[in-house]
Amino acid sequence: MRHPLLSAIVLALGLGLVLGAHAAPAGAAPATDPADLGPPRGAPIEEAMVAPPNVPPPIHRNYPARVIVRLETREVVKEIADGVRYDFWTFNGTVPGPMIRVRQGDTVELHLKNAPDSHMAHNIDLHAVMGPGGGAAASMTPPGHESVFTFKAMREGLYIYHCATPPVPMHIANGMYGLILVEPPQGLPKADREYYVVQGDFYTTGAYHEPGLQSFDMQKLLLEQPTYVLFNGREGALTGANALTAKVGDTVRLFVGDGGPNLVSSFHVIGQIFDNVNVEGGTLVNHNVQTTLIPAGGAATVEMKTLVPGTFLLVDHSITRAFMQGALGQLVVSGPAAPAIYNKVSSGPAAPSPAAAPMAHAAAPVAAVNDAMADGKRVFTQICAACHQGNGMGLPGAFPPLAMSDYLNADPKGAIGIVLNGLSGKITVNNTGYESVMPAFGTQLNDDEVAHVLTYVLNNFNNKGGTIAPVEVKAVRAGRKP
Amino acid sequence: MIRRPARLLLIATAATVAMTAAAADYVAIPGGVFVSALAVDGAAARIAIEPFAMRVEPVTNAEFLDFVRMHPGWQRGQVSPLFAGPQYLSAWQGPLTLGPDARPGQPVTSVSWFAARAFCASEQARLPTWYEWEYVAAADVTRRDARRDPARNQDILDAIQGSTGERPGAIGRHRADAWGVRDLNRLLWEWTGDYAAMFPNADARVAGAGPSLALCGGSALAFADKNQFALMMRIAALTALKPADAAPRVGFRCVREGHGR
Repeated sequence: MRHPLLSAIVLALGLGLVLGAHAAPAGAAPATDPADLGPPRGAPIEEAMVAPPNVPPPIHRNYPARVIVRLETREVVKEIADGVRYDFWTFNGTVPGPMIRVRQGDTVELHLKNAPDSHMAHNIDLHAVMGPGGGAAASMTPPGHESVFTFKAMREGLYIYHCATPPVPMHIANGMYGLILVEPPQGLPKADREYYVVQGDFYTTGAYHEPGLQSFDMQKLLLEQPTYVLFNGREGALTGANALTAKVGDTVRLFVGDGGPNLVSSFHVIGQIFDNVNVEGGTLVNHNVQTTLIPAGGAATVEMKTLVPGTFLLVDHSITRAFMQGALGQLVVSGPAAPAIYNKVSSGPAAPSPAAAPMAHAAAPVAAVNDAMADGKRVFTQICAACHQGNGMGLPGAFPPLAMSDYLNADPKGAIGIVLNGLSGKITVNNTGYESVMPAFGTQLNDDEVAHVLTYVLNNFNNKGGTIAPVEVKAVRAGRKP
Repeated sequence: MIRRPARLLLIATAATVAMTAAAADYVAIPGGVFVSALAVDGAAARIAIEPFAMRVEPVTNAEFLDFVRMHPGWQRGQVSPLFAGPQYLSAWQGPLTLGPDARPGQPVTSVSWFAARAFCASEQARLPTWYEWEYVAAADVTRRDARRDPARNQDILDAIQGSTGERPGAIGRHRADAWGVRDLNRLLWEWTGDYAAMFPNADARVAGAGPSLALCGGSALAFADKNQFALMMRIAALTALKPADAAPRVGFRCVREGHGR
C-alpha cells in the first residue's frame, strides 16, 4: 500500500458512513459510551456530607449505584478573618461546600434546596455533568424551594461545582463552590491522609483586616483586585489549631480546587514535592512537581510523602497572596527527625570569599560581645523572621508574635529551651491561641547565637529588655535550669 | 393610539371606586426613552415608555390584609393552589392575622404573581411592565438615571447584602428617589406583569432561542449593561419563580395608565 494512512482514513470514513446510515433511521437511538457502566444497581446510597477540610470516605464498590446528594444554599454572615465579617453565600453553610465523592458510572440524584431566608435564587453547575449548564438549567431554585435532577458521572476526575445564577461572578465571589470527585471504577490508591482545600478570591469594601462587617465590592471584582485570597473561605481555616496534620512517612493526598472567581492558583506546599499530580484534575499524572497551576474553575489532586517532621506551608506561590492576602495553610507533620534527609548544619558569618571554607560542624567564630546585638539581628533575620516575620509580629493564626509578647516577657529564660528544643502544643500569646510546631534549633545554632538572638529579640520589638548569656544557653543545653 | 379611550375609561372608573378604601399614593411618571440594561437581540436598545403612574411605596401587609378581607377567595386556605402555592402569605400568623413576622407597615411578601395581579386590579391598576419598573428604578435621590455611578450601584448592593437573614424592613427608611418613588431597589424584589415573558430561561447563562435571557457566560448577549448586579440578582430571583410561587422577599407595587388620577 502506498498510502496506508489514507487507506485507514477512507476505511474509517466508510465505516462511519455505514454506521451513520445504519443509525440514521433509528433516530432516537441513545448514544453509547464505553464509560457508561449501565443502570444503577442496589439500594440508593445517601452521600455522607462532611465539612471541609474533611473528605468523604473512599468508595469500595464495584458496581454503579444511585447516589443521593443533598445540598442546601444558605446565605450566612461569618468571619472571613479575625474580627472581620462577611456575607457569604454557601452550599451547606461552608466555604467550600461539602466535597461530593462518587464512582464513575454512578447516577447522582442531586437535591438542591434553597433556604427560606435566602435573598437570592441559586442553582448549581457541576463540571462533572455532561448536560446543559452542568445542571444549572435544571436547578434554578427560589428561596424555600427544592430542585432535583439526575446525572450520570461519565468521566472520572476532580471537578469544581459552583452556583451559576446571575450575577455569576458575585455568587462565586461570595463562596458558592466546591469539589466533586468522580473516582475511577477501580478506586484510588490508598492514602494515609486525605484533605480538601479550595482557594477563592474575595472582594470586600474595606481593606485587608479592616474590622467589622464588610460588603462585597463590585469595583474590586471588576478590576480583579481581591482583598483576600483564601483557602477554605477564611483566613486561618487551615492554620494553628485548624492545621492539616500528618505523621512522618504518611502519604498525604490533597484534593485542591480553585473556585475563583478570577484568580488562578500557583499551588505549592513549602518544603514538599508532589510525587503525583493529577494535572487539572484529569487522568494525566505528573511526577515530582513543585508548584501546580490550578485554573479558576479547575482542580488538581496532589499526593506527597512526608519524610521529615515540621510545619509545611500551603501557599499560592503567586506569593504576595500568601503573605498579604491570606492564602496560607499549614500541614503539621509530627514524628522522628530524619537528619539524613534534612539537617541544618551551621549558620554564621560567611568565610571570606573566594577561599570558601568547607562546611564545619563547629559554629562560626564567636562574635565579639559588642557585636552580640548585630549577631542576634543576623540570626533573627536569617532564621526567625521566616515565620515570626521581620517586624516580629508573626502571622495571625499561624505564628505567634515575638513583638510586645506577654509570653516571652513573662519568662525570657524559658525561651532558651524553646529555641534549643522547639515547641509544640497550644500556647496563648497576647490573648490569642496558637497551636503550631516550632522546630528545634539546638543543632543549628551554637550557644552564642542562641544567646545573641534572644538578647536581640528581648531588646527590640517593644519588648521589656534583658540579656541572655551564652553560659545560660549552655546550662539549658546540658539539661540544667539557667 | 387605539388604547387611549380605554385608558380614559379606566381612569374614570378609578375615580369612582377609589373611595372604598384608603387610596394609595400614586405619582405620575412622565414618559420617555431610556436604554434598558437588558439587551434586545443582543444589543442595547432604546425603549419608549408611555406616561404612567406608580405607587409611591410597595403594597404593605396592612393593605393586603384589607384586600383579602374584601376578597375572601384570596385568603390563605381558600385560594386555589393553582394561583398561590403552599408558601403564600406564610409569614402571616393566620389567614386574617398578621402577627409578629408581618408588621402592618412592612411590604407584603410571599404573594404569588396571580395574587399581586388581582390586588392591583382591585385598585384599578395593574402590575408594571419590566421596562416601566426598570425605567423608574434607574434613579437615585437626585438623578432620574444614575446607573452609571458605581457608588450608587455599590450602595444598592450594600443594602441588599446588609439585610441577609432578615425579612424586608419597614418601608420609607430611605429618601424618595428623583421621581418621588420609595424603596424600589433596596428592600425587596417586585413582581412585574410580564416577568414570565421577559425571563423565561432558568439557566440564565444560555444564549440561544428566542427571547431567552442569556446572562453570564454565553450571555454577554443578554445584558447590555453588565454593571447592574443588583438588577441581575432581581431578575434571577424572578426567573426562578413560577407565577403561583410565593417567596419571602418578593412583593409588588402597582401602576396605572396615564397619570393615575
